[in-house]
Amino acid sequence: MNTPPRTAATGWLPRLAAGLRWLARGRTAVIGLPYGWLLVFFLAPFLIVLNYSVSEMGAVRPENIATWGDGVVKLSIRFGNYLAIFGDDLYFKSYLSSLKYAAITTAVCLALGYPFAYFMARAKPTLQPALLMLVMLPFWTSFLLRVYAWKGLLGEGGWVAELLLYAGLDGPMAAAGMITSAGKFMNTPFSLVIGMAYTYLPFMVLPLYANLAKMDLRLLEAAADLGASRFVAFWLITVPLSKAGIIAGSMLVFIPCVGEFVIPELLGGPQTLMIGRVLWDEFFSNNDWPMASTVTVVLVLLIVVPLAVFNKYQAETQERGR
Amino acid sequence: MAAYLAIEDVVKDFAGVKAVNHVSLDIHRGEIFALLGSSGCGKTTLLRMLAGFETPSAGRIVLDGVDLATMEPYSRPINMMFQSYALFPHLSVWQNVAFGLKRDGQPRAQINDRVDAMLKLVQLGALAQRKPHQLSGGQQQRVALARSLAKAPQLLLLDEPLGALDKKLREETQIELVNIIRNVGVTCVMVTHDQEEAMTMASRIAVMSEGRILQVGAPAEVYETPATRFVADFIGNVNLMDGSLTVDQPDHCEIACADCTHYVGHGITGTEGMAVAVAIRPEKISLSRQAPTQDFNRVAGQIKALAYFGSFTVYHLALASGAALKVNLNNTQRHRDDEMVLGDTVWACWSDSAHVVLTQ
Repeated sequence: MNTPPRTAATGWLPRLAAGLRWLARGRTAVIGLPYGWLLVFFLAPFLIVLNYSVSEMGAVRPENIATWGDGVVKLSIRFGNYLAIFGDDLYFKSYLSSLKYAAITTAVCLALGYPFAYFMARAKPTLQPALLMLVMLPFWTSFLLRVYAWKGLLGEGGWVAELLLYAGLDGPMAAAGMITSAGKFMNTPFSLVIGMAYTYLPFMVLPLYANLAKMDLRLLEAAADLGASRFVAFWLITVPLSKAGIIAGSMLVFIPCVGEFVIPELLGGPQTLMIGRVLWDEFFSNNDWPMASTVTVVLVLLIVVPLAVFNKYQAETQERGR
Repeated sequence: MAAYLAIEDVVKDFAGVKAVNHVSLDIHRGEIFALLGSSGCGKTTLLRMLAGFETPSAGRIVLDGVDLATMEPYSRPINMMFQSYALFPHLSVWQNVAFGLKRDGQPRAQINDRVDAMLKLVQLGALAQRKPHQLSGGQQQRVALARSLAKAPQLLLLDEPLGALDKKLREETQIELVNIIRNVGVTCVMVTHDQEEAMTMASRIAVMSEGRILQVGAPAEVYETPATRFVADFIGNVNLMDGSLTVDQPDHCEIACADCTHYVGHGITGTEGMAVAVAIRPEKISLSRQAPTQDFNRVAGQIKALAYFGSFTVYHLALASGAALKVNLNNTQRHRDDEMVLGDTVWACWSDSAHVVLTQ
């Protein structure tokens, strides 16, 4: 459908009609729907949270930041919570430990997921759907059940725990700080990372597989032809070409891990205080909505800002490459 | 001349299908040798065995006295220019060319000099920092050539070297590519399905079909004296007429076909009465309105179709037996005095040296 020339749309009525016609166009609708969704279910709630973070806690709900009285609008924006976050060690340490465990989990997922995705992508084409199915299979059972199962496996008498004890690995693990004391695996950094890596591994494998499967294998032949051994060809050709998959997989693991609450709650211990736990406490135990909101806003900024910088850098390198 | 590259009775068996079936070839030092055949004839499999990506099921490949059988692709003194080039997309032109040299652990200064020299050779010095996707097809082809020549291989393999280029560019590049390879002096085996490409570039051609080599020879030899019906038909256009040998003398022979009698100016070793085929290239036939005086090497036909190609015109004649005869006439003048048009009945005739008599 042709849009009428701009000059024809004087007066608000024709302009509104033109606007509605524009909205009704298929292309606009297809692009607009997800944006609308994000607007309603992400941006708007985020603004509400932002609003709470600078307001005062009332008896049940936070107070409005704007008050009306005697013909004056009073706007009170409290930055006290933000100052508290930067002033109090607890928050800083929780953020840091969240980032740390998310980073360790991402590294573990990459180390386990890359070979997995690699061999899956190089497997016989007839075998690949079955392998893909195996990666997705865990999603068929409840996430909570699967995490809970680790309590049994790693707890006293659990067979993974027994196996580690039998192998005599608990001593070195305790020395490395992975577990608190020899012989006890639950509620330690180790159990936390195991739980998170186990849960998020498919999110690493799938983008990596998609990337590696579409790689042109003749490039490896070309590398071999020019004198590269299999390992060198892998390192110089396959790995750089799968960079996009590595980044996508790492993001999909790292971002949810930073804010993870359930797994640290079930499998973590006293040393693995993560920001999700702090947030929960502020909200449900202290009933301090503004503080909980502040923690959330800082967490979002912590993830979104590096992501935006990275995206910009990525776009620039691509631009230069063109 | 002793063989530089000897392919000795090589077989490649893919689960019972012989992609390469007892092939033996001797390739001389410094020559450009083309394996020509339609897709699936085994030429690419043979090339991949030279590069080391496939292992022969039987037979030997010996390069300059060294048996290649146990050598991995990365340790062979052979480099290949891949079909559609297989340039590393994440590396610059310079890094692509340097890739092989770096694997040899050469000193940095030496690598720099070699890469610069290679880029100069293919006239891409100015584009050294570009990525492959920023180059045109012709430029990518030159990067691929520079990359495969950088290590000064003992043998250069070209897999459909110009297949990814459009026709006009392909013709220009053929000559350029041959000049570069000749200047470097490297022995070269190329694979192509394009007979023009093989004929312009190669010093010798092997025509392959169904895993076997049908004929090996210089381009003119393969074109003018094809050994079999398949080769005659595969290389260029040809008129094939079946007939039987009626006279076989040392200095001439005669073959009776459905539409005409052939008088051939040389003898063949055959028995009278044996079935043979006569192949005549369309450009070796001329047309006239008057019947030629001799009663052999001539046939009358009606023009059923004609195709104008600019430099020449192809006439399709229908003969009395229903067979078709293709005749190419060069358009040496802008207008013929006596234009032959569709539906005209004309005489085609040819000399006693135009034929090739095929016994297989």
